[in-house]
Amino acid sequence: MENGIPVNFAHDQGGGSIVARRSFDEELKELKEDMLKMGSYVEEAIFKAVRALAEQDIKLAEEVNQNDERIDEYEVKIEEKCIRLIALQQPVAKDLRTIGMITKIITDLERIGDNACNISRIAQKIGTEPLVKPLIDIPRMADLACLMVHQSLNSFVDQNVELARETAKKDEEVDLLNDQIFRELLTFMMADPSTINQSTYLLFVGRYLERIADHATNVCERVIYMATGKRESF
Amino acid sequence: MKTVNELQTKILVDNLNFYYGNFHALKNVSLEIYKNHVTALIGPSGCGKSTFLRTLNRMNDLIEGVRVEGSIKIDDRDIYVKDVDVVDLRKQIGMVFQRPNPFPKSIYDNIAYGPRIHGTKKRADLDQIVEESLRASALWDEVRDRLHESAMGLSGGQQQRLCIARALAVKPEILLMDEPASALDPIATGRIEELIDILRENYTIVIVTHSMQQAARVSDYTAFFLMGEIIEFDETGVIFERPADQRTEDYITGRFG
Repeated sequence: MENGIPVNFAHDQGGGSIVARRSFDEELKELKEDMLKMGSYVEEAIFKAVRALAEQDIKLAEEVNQNDERIDEYEVKIEEKCIRLIALQQPVAKDLRTIGMITKIITDLERIGDNACNISRIAQKIGTEPLVKPLIDIPRMADLACLMVHQSLNSFVDQNVELARETAKKDEEVDLLNDQIFRELLTFMMADPSTINQSTYLLFVGRYLERIADHATNVCERVIYMATGKRESF
Repeated sequence: MKTVNELQTKILVDNLNFYYGNFHALKNVSLEIYKNHVTALIGPSGCGKSTFLRTLNRMNDLIEGVRVEGSIKIDDRDIYVKDVDVVDLRKQIGMVFQRPNPFPKSIYDNIAYGPRIHGTKKRADLDQIVEESLRASALWDEVRDRLHESAMGLSGGQQQRLCIARALAVKPEILLMDEPASALDPIATGRIEELIDILRENYTIVIVTHSMQQAARVSDYTAFFLMGEIIEFDETGVIFERPADQRTEDYITGRFG
């Protein structure tokens, strides 16, 4: 070693010692697990909110609203962990991109949770009054949006850029379904103004699902940036 | 950050090979160092970054049994051809070392030393050089009242800034820094880094550092050395955000080896 500085000391000034790195890797792993846990709560929220709507299950809708708190708490907890890791470990390169993108992804997840809540609130408002029509396209759209959220998180876990791209492209299908729902409900409202109240609510549901798919697309874009360092937008 | 078109090459290293006896210390190193920018050299111990730094002012000439192949051009002039005056070359290229190494003389004489050797004799001229150099190294306000006291009485951080002032006194164009802040506390380190940021306006700076954060903070360009080769060279932001080579990534994230 030049100039008589012990090797370990010199290395400590750089990326940190190997021991410190190991605990950093552990913490990063924990962080990813927390995020996936949050993701699973969010998926559950979408699924339950749409089921509450389709099956007119008020209790289930109430449950979704209550569980939203848990999602918000996770967001704060993960964000704090990210900030602490940045402060203490000064991550660079892929580590930095990963932590940076986690802080963005949890915001997307939290918004998705909010949209699920919005849907469950509509389920509560419609209550048990008969539906203007059996719900077909809305559950289809919900399945698709849910799948996008699920796959975007899988692409995060596996750093699977191809899956992220494929998932992001599904957003177009969701948009098309939303247009279709809009046209259908518009016809309903014109034919029978007494359906306007409920139809408007259902239009909102389409809008919320469309937003959920948009956030899932954001997650895909962030995964691609995290994995490759390059931006792609859909 | 300036675009590539606006960059002016100050030092052009082309296919440099360097040997200590049989040891091949630098292998096919090619690099452009841009004028009025800070270039950081990073890499694990023994990777050749300090050796490389010392080829730039031919400091390695002092070591026996070394061999240099390839070329290093400063402002289009090859510094390894026969008729180069090494003393003149080193006047053009100042160097600052890891540990502050002031001469056991007064603050004033430390700075006047170089200009005197190069022929400046007049007191008024020397006074001016001393003040300018100390101002440029952000030390003037702290020492203006005790210029004739021993430099050894200064703190470590002040001594290092004195060494920078001493390097500036002979009006170099390039400053080489070999871990200039590694023996300093965080506050003194901060001062040196601030100073580097100011000096880049008038000098071309090449800095070797073991601190990745320091390289990230002070430099515009970063070269990553490994086992005598340059693995990657790019804008510092690119190196630390999305390095292209896995070995660079492993090194800067501390997962090396």
